[in-house]
Amino acid sequence: MSVLIYTENAEGKFKKSIFEAVSYARAIADQANTSLVAISIGNVNADQLSALGKYGADKVLNVSNDKLKNFINQAYASVIAEAAKKENANIVVLSNSFSGRGLAPRIGAKLEAGVADGAVSLPEISGDKFTVKKTAFSGKAFATVQLTSPNKVIALTPNSYQVVEKQAAGKVEDFTVENKESDFKAMIKEIVRSTDKVSLPDAEIVVSGGRGLKGPENWGMIEELANLLGAATACSKPVSDAGWRPHSEHVGQTGIAVSPNLYIAIGISGAIQHLAGISSSKVIVVINKDPEAPFFKVADYGIVGDAFEVVPKLITAVKEYKASA
Amino acid sequence: MKILVCISNVPDTTTKITFTDNNTQFNTNGVQFILNPYDEIALSRAIELVEGGKGTVTAINVGEVNTEATIRKALAIGADDAVRVNAKPHDAWFVACQVAQYAKQNAFDLILTGRESIDYNGSKVAGMLGELLDIPSVSIIKKLDVEGDKGTVEREIEGGKEVLVIPFPFVAGTAEGVAEPKIPNMRGIMSARTKPLNVIDAVEVKTFSEIISYETPAPRGQVKLVQADESGKLITLLHTEARVI
Repeated sequence: MSVLIYTENAEGKFKKSIFEAVSYARAIADQANTSLVAISIGNVNADQLSALGKYGADKVLNVSNDKLKNFINQAYASVIAEAAKKENANIVVLSNSFSGRGLAPRIGAKLEAGVADGAVSLPEISGDKFTVKKTAFSGKAFATVQLTSPNKVIALTPNSYQVVEKQAAGKVEDFTVENKESDFKAMIKEIVRSTDKVSLPDAEIVVSGGRGLKGPENWGMIEELANLLGAATACSKPVSDAGWRPHSEHVGQTGIAVSPNLYIAIGISGAIQHLAGISSSKVIVVINKDPEAPFFKVADYGIVGDAFEVVPKLITAVKEYKASA
Repeated sequence: MKILVCISNVPDTTTKITFTDNNTQFNTNGVQFILNPYDEIALSRAIELVEGGKGTVTAINVGEVNTEATIRKALAIGADDAVRVNAKPHDAWFVACQVAQYAKQNAFDLILTGRESIDYNGSKVAGMLGELLDIPSVSIIKKLDVEGDKGTVEREIEGGKEVLVIPFPFVAGTAEGVAEPKIPNMRGIMSARTKPLNVIDAVEVKTFSEIISYETPAPRGQVKLVQADESGKLITLLHTEARVI
C-alpha cells in the first residue's frame, strides 16, 4: 500500500497549491502508516523534483517524454492510473485545479475508485470507514462523503490545507508508461498563460469589484490595490455579464468558488449567489456605501463608505505599510 | 451531427440551503428546482451548433419523475427529444454509467455536460463518461466551435487558456462564455409538450461513494467596522490582528 500524489506543474514549476496537496497526501500516508509517492509529468528539473521531498514525498516518479510535455487529460490519466497500480497505491491525491478536475474522474473510473472532489480537510479513517469533507451547494454547505471502494481518489481544494515543510529530499526515479495511441486524440493548438498576474483559483488574496464601481473604466484602482497586495482580481456576476470584466473573473455560485486568506469585496451588495462562491474565505472585508448591504452580515471587517474615496486611502495605506515593512 | 446534452435538476441559485434528519438529508421543502445553469449553457450551444438543420440535440437526465418539468424546459429551449433514465442519481459514477450506456447504443458526435452541477459541484460526469466510452474529455471549457468532424475548444487553465482541437466523438463540460443561455419562446413551450420524452430503465451500477452528512459553514462573528475617513486603519488591522497581509 502507498499513497500517490500527482504534482501538476505550470510551465515546469510547482505552485503553492501543489505543496499543499503534497503535505496533505503526506498526512494521509501517515494516517495509513504508509509511504508517499509523487508523480510529475512533463519537463520539471531535478532540483524541483527532489524538493518535493521537503513536503513529504518519499519517492518522486518523473515522467518526462515529448509526447507528454503538455497536459492531455486522457494520456495523463492513463499514466497516473498506471503508476498507482505499479506502486500499489490505493489512494490517489490531486489538487482540485482546472486540470485536476479533468483527471480525477478519469482516474477514478480507471481504478474503480470513489472520487472525493473539492476536499477541504483530512479524511477520517476508522476501521473500514473512510470519509472526506468536501464543498457542496457551491460553497453554501459541506458534505461528508464516504468512499466505499478499496481505491480512492481525492482532489484537494486549493488554500484549504497548510503547507508543512520537513528536512528531507525525495528520491527521484524515471518512470515510463506505454500510452495507447487513442490517448492522444486531443491536440493542443495554443496555450496562453499570463505569468505576471496572480491566478484567481489559487490566490491567497482576492480584490473583487461589483456594480458599485459604476463602469469598467474604474477598475484601475482595483488593479492597483490588487497589485500592491499580490492579489488576484475578481468580480461579481452582473459585472461579468455586462462585459466590464471577463467571465474568468466571475466569483460566485455560477462562476468560480474561491477560498483565499483574504477576500476584499468592493461595491458588491452580497447576493446569496455571490456569497456562495466566497464563503470559505478566511477573512472577508466589505466596502460598500450602503450600510444595509447583506454582505456586511458575513464580513469580518467592513467600511461603510464610497469606494471612490475609500480605495485610494487603502492604496496609500498599503504603500505606507510596504515602505515601513 | 448528433449532440447529447446531460442535464440535471438542481435547487435554484437563490435557495437557502438547510438540512433535515440530523443533517443527513437536503431539505427540499419550499425549494424550487431548475435546469442546472451550466447545463443550460451546454444546451444553448448545442442548439446553436445544429441550427439550420445541421443535426439533432438530445437531452438526457438521470432522475425520478419529479425532474420532468426541468426536462420539458430543455425541450422548450430547443432540444429535439429527451431521455429520462428512471432512477435516483446516486452519485456521479452512477449517472455517468447510465449516460454511457445510452450513448453506446446511440452514437453521438458530441456529448456536453455543464462544467459542474451547482448542488454537488463534482465536475465528474464529463471525465467519467470519457473514460467509460474511451474518448477524449475536457472538463471546463469557455468556447466551443465545430468544423467538419472536429471541435475546437478553449479550456480554462490557471491564469490563462488553452485551445484544443479534438476529433469527434468527445465529451466537454461547458462554463460561462460558451453560449448565452437561451430563453424558451412561446412556440418552444408549446412544442415541448409534444416532443418525445422517452423514459428508460437504469442499468445496475456498483457505486463507490455515499454522502453521509452535511453541514453549513460556521457563522462569522460580528463585523468590525472601520470609519471611512480612517480607511487606512483597515490595513493595520489586516496586518496586526487578522494577520493576512
